[in-house]
Amino acid sequence: MTKPLVLRGGRVVDPSQGRDEIADLIVENGAITGSGRNQGAPDGAEIVDCAGLVVAPGFIDVHCHLREPGREDVETIASGARAAAAGGFTAVCAMPNTDPVTDNQAAVGFIVRQAQRARAARVYPIGAISIGQKGETLAEFGEMVGAGAVAVSDDGKPVASAQLMRSALEYARTFGIPVADHCEEPTLAKGGAMNEGLVSARLGLKGIPSEAEEIMAIRDILLARRTGGHVHLCHMSTRGSVELIRWGKERGIGVTAEVCPHHLSLTESEVEGYDTNAKMNPPLRTADDVAALQEAVKDGTIDVIATDHAPHHYDEKEREFADAPNGIVGLETALAVNVHWLVASGIIDLATLIERMSCAPARIFRLPGGTLRTGSPADVTVFDPTETWNVDPAQFRSKGRNTPYAGRTLTGRVHATIVGGEIIHRLAR
Amino acid sequence: MTGPLGKDLLALEPLTAEQINLVLDTAEPFKEISERAIKKVPTLRGATIVNLFFEASTRTRISFEFAEKRLSADTVNVAASGSSVQKGETLVDTARNLEAMRIDMVVIRHGASGAAQFLADRIESNVINAGDGTHEHPTQGLLDLLTLRDHFGNLAGVKVCICGDVLHSRVARSNIWGLKKLGAEVAVCGPRSLMPNAIDELGVTVLHRIEDAIQWADALNILRLQLERMTAGYIPSLREYNRVFGVTRERLDRAPKDVLILHPGPMNRGVEIDSDVADGPHSVILDQVTNGVAIRMAVLYLLAGGNPKLAEAAKGALA
Amino acid sequence: MPPKDPTPVLDARAVERTLQRMADEIVELNDGTEKLVIVGIQRRGVQLARRIVSLIAEREGVEVPSGALDITLYRDDLQTVGPRPVVGPTDLTADINGRRVVIVDDVLYTGRTVRAALDELADFGRPARIALAVLIDRGGRELPIHADVVGKKVDVAPGERIDVLVKELDGRDAVVLARREEPA
Repeated sequence: MTKPLVLRGGRVVDPSQGRDEIADLIVENGAITGSGRNQGAPDGAEIVDCAGLVVAPGFIDVHCHLREPGREDVETIASGARAAAAGGFTAVCAMPNTDPVTDNQAAVGFIVRQAQRARAARVYPIGAISIGQKGETLAEFGEMVGAGAVAVSDDGKPVASAQLMRSALEYARTFGIPVADHCEEPTLAKGGAMNEGLVSARLGLKGIPSEAEEIMAIRDILLARRTGGHVHLCHMSTRGSVELIRWGKERGIGVTAEVCPHHLSLTESEVEGYDTNAKMNPPLRTADDVAALQEAVKDGTIDVIATDHAPHHYDEKEREFADAPNGIVGLETALAVNVHWLVASGIIDLATLIERMSCAPARIFRLPGGTLRTGSPADVTVFDPTETWNVDPAQFRSKGRNTPYAGRTLTGRVHATIVGGEIIHRLAR
Repeated sequence: MTGPLGKDLLALEPLTAEQINLVLDTAEPFKEISERAIKKVPTLRGATIVNLFFEASTRTRISFEFAEKRLSADTVNVAASGSSVQKGETLVDTARNLEAMRIDMVVIRHGASGAAQFLADRIESNVINAGDGTHEHPTQGLLDLLTLRDHFGNLAGVKVCICGDVLHSRVARSNIWGLKKLGAEVAVCGPRSLMPNAIDELGVTVLHRIEDAIQWADALNILRLQLERMTAGYIPSLREYNRVFGVTRERLDRAPKDVLILHPGPMNRGVEIDSDVADGPHSVILDQVTNGVAIRMAVLYLLAGGNPKLAEAAKGALA
Repeated sequence: MPPKDPTPVLDARAVERTLQRMADEIVELNDGTEKLVIVGIQRRGVQLARRIVSLIAEREGVEVPSGALDITLYRDDLQTVGPRPVVGPTDLTADINGRRVVIVDDVLYTGRTVRAALDELADFGRPARIALAVLIDRGGRELPIHADVVGKKVDVAPGERIDVLVKELDGRDAVVLARREEPA
């Protein structure tokens, strides 16, 4: 049994209860057992001084790539779970585009077991929509859910067939899980390396138009309306997508959506100089898209901020832009990017940020956590919302180093991450 | 020490009008060298240059090779086929190997946009972009500018229309930047499916019909239509392309003035340009080829003076 | 320190007289004007060569073929001093094979320019003889080169430099000693 904890004197911000106050938080036997001012300490408790720090329900990332099985040289479930903990995440959802694809209960069970062994952040598997992510035959949702899957997705390989997406939305209703879709119309996006626009025209890189995402976003929303299912739209990147989601939500359609920190902070101009660390899919868009996405995070049109953490071996990115793989690591910079570009700049308040990074992900994916209510599992993140630090990828716990934020000074730093009452990450001083 | 163009020539977009004019002015005396019986000066004696061609290109490679040899440099040609490039060696490994062999200059042609910059960022040698993907082809842009300047004297206010597949053309991009910097008016003409979506934002006029382009322009720079654009669904057929966008004698005859004809080659006669236009009295297509050698000599000359390694070596030899 | 006024070495009339004498010496050296070709080195050597050609024409009634050499591409210091921004034209339309070529330059100093000019001439043909005529010989040779015809010998102290001005480029004819600008 782990020692009891007292998180002393922090600013407890818990949007699930509408709380924002200076208080102590008592943790015993892996659960939150008390909270309030001047709480006594249980026998043998470790006192953690949280003065000046924010105590929040643990962050949950509903979208990351942990590469195991298949590319353990790039990331493992253990290294990914430690990176998550360092970034303040108490739980992450692992996308199924591994090798082999996570498309059956054995594969799902493997991830669950590897995660338990890692003793870091919790890892929830997401199962594939189709066998082998081939877009043909539905995978066995029921068995995968039974083994621990929390959602299904063919992320990385968009579901091209509208009929298959319709069936997935209908079939998933039995199990109460969302169908998470990577919205990308494959013929429009084919060969694209960045956002289509002035920068792509200048650099001579094939562009991916916004419409490649928006066409699939509205398809999915319309299919959710038809089926009554729950579609979760991954990593939205355009103003048009935001407008379509808003349209769907206004009509009570079962659509939720996520956005990545990089799409809330950076634009296509990062690609100048052919920097492959600015290459991801969907691509970085325009300043107008960034503004629309920030607004959507503020007003709740977009429910969740998720990282799309996608580690790559360093020399895979060290090549011609068009041939470099998509994706950046995100677990260890997400909080700071969000605080820096959204909170410190006054676009949203801390409570909204915590809602989007913790409460909403728990609610939408029906996961434990996302709250500091007494009796809840003690998944807690402690961070300093004003501390600045320099991003040095060499210090990452992730095996991936590919980030466009290297060398930047960001605001907001994780001090401690607590999972099930155990401190799994402490900021080294 | 950095020369007047910097370490590398990667693109015309970042150059100033002064830098572009310097290359054009420097090319003038180099034209004369190619007219001599002994077409060679000792300027780059002892410098080693690698022509690294990841894409087949006969004319650009030969043009660079003549330029290098006429400046007395030692040159090695590396073609993609038959080299380690085909065995899966990455560009970064190729770069490291060149660096290890103490090459002074690298001329690179590559199918990926940004490949020349990728190399330039990783090696000390001077890098000259001989065409990277659909990005830029700066020496082609410069030789087009020189050919236009030979004819018009000064490019300010001269109306140049770039015709054809602008979307996939590195020649088009280099021309647009170079022409605009020297004060020319630039238009593009071709099927909209072969134009970048953001073409208007590049500061050029978009003309939809070739007849309008011929009416408007003092000079047409007619791009090669890559035959694979058809199968990729950009245009229906070569026959229709020639009917709608082909530069023909008949269309030129209706122009209010003589229109100068440029083409970067190789030409598809009967597709984007008819033979009697290509071989006609206002065609300067072969002058472009002649100017190509002079421009490349000028670029090599201007970059060589800025090579720190060569500078050290030369100092040592003098001491 | 304010720059000292340049000290005159030759004024316009003295330049004229000196060129006349040099023209006479060139004709004398080559036993007349037959097979003679006068080649100036860019830039001021070209103007001086043209003057000599017209002075010879006045006295001998013969227009001697002439040309211009730009030796920039034959210099041995490209890598140390960087490229000369603008390379001037070389214009050698006259056939120099078997001819008696006289190279004309304004100042003879280290000899490196003349060395480069000899290299360049060799690429155009094989003259029967090459001679060198300079308006000013300021000493300080770094190569075994000497002038056959010299307008005036001038001792130049360290920290001084000699400037030849020609009216075509500088508005007046003169030779002056000036203080060398300190390197920045």
